[in-house]
Amino acid sequence: MGNNGSAPDLSTRLMRMVIVGHVDHGKSTLVGRLLSDTGSLPEGKLDFVKNICDQQGKTFEFAFLLDALQEEQEQGITIDTSQIFFHTAKRKYVIIDAPGHKEFLKNMVTGAADAEAALLLIDAKEGVQEQSRRHGYILKLLGLTQVAVVINKMDLVGYDENVYTKIKTEYSSFLESLGVEAKEFIPVSAKLGTNIAELKDEMPWYKGPTVLNMLDQFEKKPRPDHLPFRFPVQDVYKFDERRIIAGRVESGKLKVGDRVIFSPSNKQAVVKTIEAWSVPEQPTFATSSESIGFTLDEQIFVERGDVCTLMDELPIVSTTFDANVFWMGQRNLEKGRKFTIKLNTQEVECEVHEFKKAIDASTLETLTNQDYIAKNDVAELTLKTRSPVAFDLFGSIATTGRFVLVDEYDVCGGGIITTYTPTTHEDKLRDEVRTRDFNWIKSDIKPEERAYRNGHRAALILITGDPGSGKGPLARKLEHSLFQNNFQSYLLDRRNVNLGVSADLRSSEEESARRLGEVAKLFLDAGHVVISTSNAFHREDQEDLKLLANPYQVIEVQVSSKPAGEPDILLSLDEAQNAAEASSKIQNFLKEKKILMGHNYSI
Amino acid sequence: MDHLDELENQSIYILREAYKNFKNLAMLWSIGKDSTIMLWLARKAFFGHVPIPLVHIDTTFKIPAMIEYRDHYAKEWNLNLVVGTNQKALDEGMNHEKGRIVCCEALKTQGLQLVMEEQGYTGLILGIRRDEEGTRAKERYFSPRDKNFEWNFKDQPPELWDQYKTTFSEDTHIRIHPILHWTELNVWEYILREKIPIIDLYFATPEGKRYRSLGCAPCTGSIDSTAKNVEEIVEELKNAKTAERSGRAQDQENTYAMQKLRARGYM
Repeated sequence: MGNNGSAPDLSTRLMRMVIVGHVDHGKSTLVGRLLSDTGSLPEGKLDFVKNICDQQGKTFEFAFLLDALQEEQEQGITIDTSQIFFHTAKRKYVIIDAPGHKEFLKNMVTGAADAEAALLLIDAKEGVQEQSRRHGYILKLLGLTQVAVVINKMDLVGYDENVYTKIKTEYSSFLESLGVEAKEFIPVSAKLGTNIAELKDEMPWYKGPTVLNMLDQFEKKPRPDHLPFRFPVQDVYKFDERRIIAGRVESGKLKVGDRVIFSPSNKQAVVKTIEAWSVPEQPTFATSSESIGFTLDEQIFVERGDVCTLMDELPIVSTTFDANVFWMGQRNLEKGRKFTIKLNTQEVECEVHEFKKAIDASTLETLTNQDYIAKNDVAELTLKTRSPVAFDLFGSIATTGRFVLVDEYDVCGGGIITTYTPTTHEDKLRDEVRTRDFNWIKSDIKPEERAYRNGHRAALILITGDPGSGKGPLARKLEHSLFQNNFQSYLLDRRNVNLGVSADLRSSEEESARRLGEVAKLFLDAGHVVISTSNAFHREDQEDLKLLANPYQVIEVQVSSKPAGEPDILLSLDEAQNAAEASSKIQNFLKEKKILMGHNYSI
Repeated sequence: MDHLDELENQSIYILREAYKNFKNLAMLWSIGKDSTIMLWLARKAFFGHVPIPLVHIDTTFKIPAMIEYRDHYAKEWNLNLVVGTNQKALDEGMNHEKGRIVCCEALKTQGLQLVMEEQGYTGLILGIRRDEEGTRAKERYFSPRDKNFEWNFKDQPPELWDQYKTTFSEDTHIRIHPILHWTELNVWEYILREKIPIIDLYFATPEGKRYRSLGCAPCTGSIDSTAKNVEEIVEELKNAKTAERSGRAQDQENTYAMQKLRARGYM
């Protein structure tokens, strides 16, 4: 529509505003009025729309300027958000006009998620309605705290101060219950242009700012440079000799020479260069909101989803956390169904672990005994992800503390992470492992060098199954066969660990599993293919072993007629009986996975 | 970070999301200023490389200078250029005299459809902008189209916090719009800042005419202007009060022409 009129200083950034509120409370009219009163309409636009009105035999309304889609004009409601550029003497704005109809909540969210401040419109005649409250709640969830309320259509209530005061009292107490404070309640008539660009005489009792003055008082959101450095890896490029880790700095700063940690893998390296194309000189640092790329001093395996941070400002890593979620899906958000969570560049399967509170967003009433929420409602809940994710609390670093939920192909919900308590055994162990990894004294011999010498990478082969299923003989056969092929294999028998390292333990299974895992980690660090067996009943132990062996690969071979979990290789009891054949099957798999590479392989 | 940096960083983020999430991805290059800055942004996003094929839909009615420019830079920038033409429609005598909308649909929309089918693209990057006209204002960064190329503007996916629609059922494709949030003025300011070589049809002739928007020769009119270079265009636009696409005949055809064209798969 318009980048028009004389533009203010180019170096100033755009202020992004959203206008929300109940259907028919006059949002589009207000925007049309703002455009017209600031002289921001392109020439011809007004005539074009007036012409349409003539063709359709309708009286011209400002709202038509925006509701440019046919359907919207026929029904007189905004279906989707539109973005309109305009400016005041102070700065440039983009206004997002978001639909007020309940059916189009996802469009309202789309418009508001991107904004830095909001105007919430309430019709003076109709008063506070369902979407007035729901939109207020959603603004809060989106982290939008700069809000002013515009009480529109004052002309229809005779510019009555009592009407204004009643709405102001009712709605401020609602906002208060959310912890939001409205900057101002402005009585206007968008249609007649009262109190939009200038204060008119109709309401001498109102001494506050006009809508335009209010807009100019909103503050630009500062860029989060002062917060801890967060860089979710978007991709890794190898277009030429450089191996570039690409992504966007969500918060904080990065400079060449910084030692960085990747979570959840806990890998570390030092930033060698920051890469850029067509710039006067190569950058040596980067700040928040920049889409950048850098190279590392070491060739560690990094992939999309890893969150890169500095050593002393780590994100939380867990599989469970509490969140506030709003739902826009046709199907309910309910327990027992799997969704995909997208948290920055991480994408993991997840499910609702517990509904703490389901809430009707239009009244803020708690929906009791309800283990689901339907479209347009919100909930406080605990989410559980299938594998660990790295995140922050929304209150501390907003950009890494929010996520969307995908149901099948569609984004159906959004949420913010409110609290995290490391209560589970798994969370505690993960924190321990992390501390261990960071303090680990690394050998001068790199894992890749050991792999080159040995002809294989280090890995833990965990053979699981019922007692008497033939795990033991298979493990022995595999160890021997790998050894004969010149590989460094070692059968780590749990009994041997219990006899020595864990001789002081009597019955603590958990601690014995931890010690087995720590011993395995030492062998893995030495570059071996470690083979161990585990009883099928001890799935938690197996999870612990995987956690402790990180970042080395763990391959689970399950011997069972009734498979449980998701083993890498599944062998029937008959197959396991023939240990030689089973062993070569496992070795083929290891070759496929590039764990066994052969002695001439060069990396 | 100034406003142009902000726009640039956002576009780079979107281009990288597209590249990561779509195996069969292509970028539409119309030779105009918008898709040319998008190409420039891709080179920034991928550190001097363009790992995505560029598709040019050639209606054969394009202004000849556009083809020269295209071939020159395709070579210089080492681009993988795919040219698509609806030869069948041309053989049957399609041109704008059969009706502008009919012609656009046959040569552009169907021309594009043919290339997409041939190459099996599931993601298509386009340089449209919200400020161009009303229906584009409603677009998403990642916007799904069904198998008939139709755009369901009444039921669009939500888009928040840079989480885009990257999963979709078979038979659909996604259109990706990395410069949706730019304005015409931003585009020219960026061309100026980055010194991007732009086709000279945009600059005023000695007779005082220039193109503000480029399309097919018969349907694209020039505007009165004395802006001979990028600086002067930036100045001109700061004071402009007419719509950018005012020279594009298909927009003026009738009230909902553009909406209908776009709902059926037009760019």
